[in-house]
Amino acid sequence: MTRLRRFLLAALLMCVAPSAAIADEARLREIAAGFVDANFSAIAETAEALAATGDPDAAIVLQELRDGDLHWRKDDETLVIAERDRRDMHLFHLFTGEPLETVRRRDVSKVKVNNAIRNQVDALIGGLTLLSPDPEARRSAAEALYDTRDPALLGPMEAAMAQETDPALRTLMAEARAAILLADAGAPLDARLEAVRTIEARGGQDALSTLAAAVPDDGPADLLAAAAEARAAVEARLELWGYAQNVWQGLSLGSVLLLAAIGLAITFGVMGVINMAHGELVMLGAYTTFFVQEIIRTSAPGLFEWSLLIALPLAFLVSGSVGVLIERGVVRWLYGRPLETLLATWGISLILQQTVRTIFGPNNREVGNPDWMSGAMQLGELTITYNRLWIIVFALTVFALLLVVLRRTPIGLQMRAVTQNRAMAADMGVRTGWVDAMTFGLGAGVAGLAGVALSQIDNVSPNLGQSYIVDSFMVVVFGGAGNLWGALAGAFTLGIANKFLEPFAGAVLAKILVLVFIILFIQKRPRGLFAVRGRAVEA
Amino acid sequence: MILRALDRRSWIFLGLLFIVVVAVPVANLALEPGSAGHLPSFAVSLFGKYLCYALLAVALDLVWGYCGILSLGHGAFFALGGYAMGMHLMREIGPRGVYGDPVLPDFMVFLNWDALPWFWYGFDMFWFALAMTMIVPGLLAFVFGWLAFRSRVTGVYLSIITQALTYALMLAFFRNEMGFGGNNGLTDFKDVLGFDLQSDATRAGLFVLSGLALAAGFILCRVIVTSKAGKVLVAVRDAESRTRFLGYRVESYKLFVFTVSAMLAGLAGALYTPQVGIINPSEFSPANSIEIVIMVALGGRGTLVGAALGAIVVGAANTLLTGWFPDFWLFVLGGLFVAVTLFMPRGILGVLDRRGPMRGGAPVGLRRKEA
Repeated sequence: MTRLRRFLLAALLMCVAPSAAIADEARLREIAAGFVDANFSAIAETAEALAATGDPDAAIVLQELRDGDLHWRKDDETLVIAERDRRDMHLFHLFTGEPLETVRRRDVSKVKVNNAIRNQVDALIGGLTLLSPDPEARRSAAEALYDTRDPALLGPMEAAMAQETDPALRTLMAEARAAILLADAGAPLDARLEAVRTIEARGGQDALSTLAAAVPDDGPADLLAAAAEARAAVEARLELWGYAQNVWQGLSLGSVLLLAAIGLAITFGVMGVINMAHGELVMLGAYTTFFVQEIIRTSAPGLFEWSLLIALPLAFLVSGSVGVLIERGVVRWLYGRPLETLLATWGISLILQQTVRTIFGPNNREVGNPDWMSGAMQLGELTITYNRLWIIVFALTVFALLLVVLRRTPIGLQMRAVTQNRAMAADMGVRTGWVDAMTFGLGAGVAGLAGVALSQIDNVSPNLGQSYIVDSFMVVVFGGAGNLWGALAGAFTLGIANKFLEPFAGAVLAKILVLVFIILFIQKRPRGLFAVRGRAVEA
Repeated sequence: MILRALDRRSWIFLGLLFIVVVAVPVANLALEPGSAGHLPSFAVSLFGKYLCYALLAVALDLVWGYCGILSLGHGAFFALGGYAMGMHLMREIGPRGVYGDPVLPDFMVFLNWDALPWFWYGFDMFWFALAMTMIVPGLLAFVFGWLAFRSRVTGVYLSIITQALTYALMLAFFRNEMGFGGNNGLTDFKDVLGFDLQSDATRAGLFVLSGLALAAGFILCRVIVTSKAGKVLVAVRDAESRTRFLGYRVESYKLFVFTVSAMLAGLAGALYTPQVGIINPSEFSPANSIEIVIMVALGGRGTLVGAALGAIVVGAANTLLTGWFPDFWLFVLGGLFVAVTLFMPRGILGVLDRRGPMRGGAPVGLRRKEA
């Protein structure tokens, strides 16, 4: 152990029981004196006696013994911790870890350890920490016992279980006890069969290995059969969890695709305009997030948790205004010429990329996760990270909001009117040019919102948009232009399909297969899953 | 037939091309280094590269300018041709590689492969590789086109799935398991048909070949577009449904011209690889394919000559600007896309040629919209 660690450990344990420290120390020293000039069996007995005190300090002494750092001074036979430094030994206080003097090597003598003692000490430490007042320590002790399956610790384990109040820890201890019983050939058959069921209930990959490792092939037939059955059950459950994992990851990928594609579904689907600069509008949203966080870092660090919420409206405005500029400046002149629109917006995408590269540099920019976006929770065998979860929620929220805007607001009504029949809408007094600009701006603003979300899971670099553009077009083409529901279905179908293919084919090949599938799918349904009539269709 | 296919502008183009093809090697080989007019060797390869792009642009103009198929995946056919030639050049390295394996290219030895994959068989023969540079892209275009045109995928949908095609191929070629050198592609070529690729004479020879291929490709395209089939192609471009109602099998015409175009693109790629000395998966990137489109648009689509001109102008601008102001090039390229589509929809030749509609009809987009 390094000095620092030793000191910290001691300090930590002192905090746990500060008042009784002095009295306990004297008692522990008395017991530990048994280590001085002792043979292996005496050392083993002393270790056991130390462990029996149940004192956390005893665990420190045992740990030092196990690491081979426990020494005794030849002059006054006190126990110290010693670290070798060439021909000298640096001494440390047994419990506090405070540095003492430095002596010659021959002035101290090491308390001998062999493997038998090391194993015994490991188990003793495990047993000691099972009684620790800290629930985390008890948890890790129980986990460790589950893995080591040391029958010698069955007694302490059962004692600890009797005392345990936390039901989750009790279950854990029961599982550890089951693992010990299962591995113990001397235990009664009933108890071992019961143990098989406990471990089956635990489930997961480690239950499988426990069941496989604990019962030797020549064990009792009943037990073997029960273990095999339990393993099959666990495997079946694991397979189900595997599917759940794929679905979850597919949903997560799908929500990312949905975010990237939904703005496109508006510009391409509703307006019939191919906006190749869409990816760059997403990138602008991500850079807006970066910019907001930079300002918060320098001027108001307390607001960091709110940075994403501040960035959302700003990103919408930034990307939306750039979108309106693009529409008024370029796209408006090219209506009815979709191929030219495609080329012109590609040019704009190059200009936007290079502008951002010139201003912010070509490297990845660091965008931080607020606390509520980091971390993960465990749902059975499923690890659900909060950032992915929030992005799914966010994507669906944006989708719902857009539906409301298009269906329930005056501007949405006008947008649909212009889409369905431009001339008629104009005759009815709709300012079609203004509606075009607003529609394009809406699509672009949503791209900005997507950028805020993507900044949390992807590298923020000038190339961010490029990596999504092909995928998001695929979503829109697959789902069917002109229909937001098509984008939703397309995004989640492609996301989930991708994740189900990945285990068999690998990530890249899965993506290629999905692309090939879409190319073939387009042959069958040239207008996508949800084909809609309108201006977009004959563009 | 050929003579009838060439109008005055074609002759001017071919004449200029002939002058370039003669002058560049002479200026490189015959004139002493240091003397006025001497052309350094790297410039010969550079010009050869432009000629390859020009052939690719002509091939794209055939489908886009005359048949209205905007392919955003022509870079894929080009790169496939390049890979086919690169595979031959890899085989020709033989035991001179770093690992000295007589059969396996270096990257396969590096990946611990013990035998040549089946699709590398035959590429040790030059004629086979040369045939493959056109057969492979042609076959891909045929299958892809057959599927797409038969189900009447048109317009932007077609553009987007051609882009998906080249994107998928890029991802595939990045994989080491594909057996095409993965990320690094194919490189370290030594010689072709026994001629050292580093020597000035070989470079000049490749340049002349590129010029000849461009001329041949150009003449072939002229023959196609001036033939009766060419008239049908233009009809398909301007009024696809009407042409179909008149009884023409639109998809057969499209398929034919798409396949021919892909084969020409493959040939361009085959000439590109030895002159550049490397072929890697980034050639498949969608951005490359779109750059070809802007070359055609800048020069003037539906003119063939304009495509070649646009390729050379964009190529030269790329070389010069990335040399002088590296940050500036993407602004220029992006601005070019916007300016050409907004202000010069008929390209440079359209601006030069103000005598009314061109032969073969006005380019797509200027026509009245099909009802």
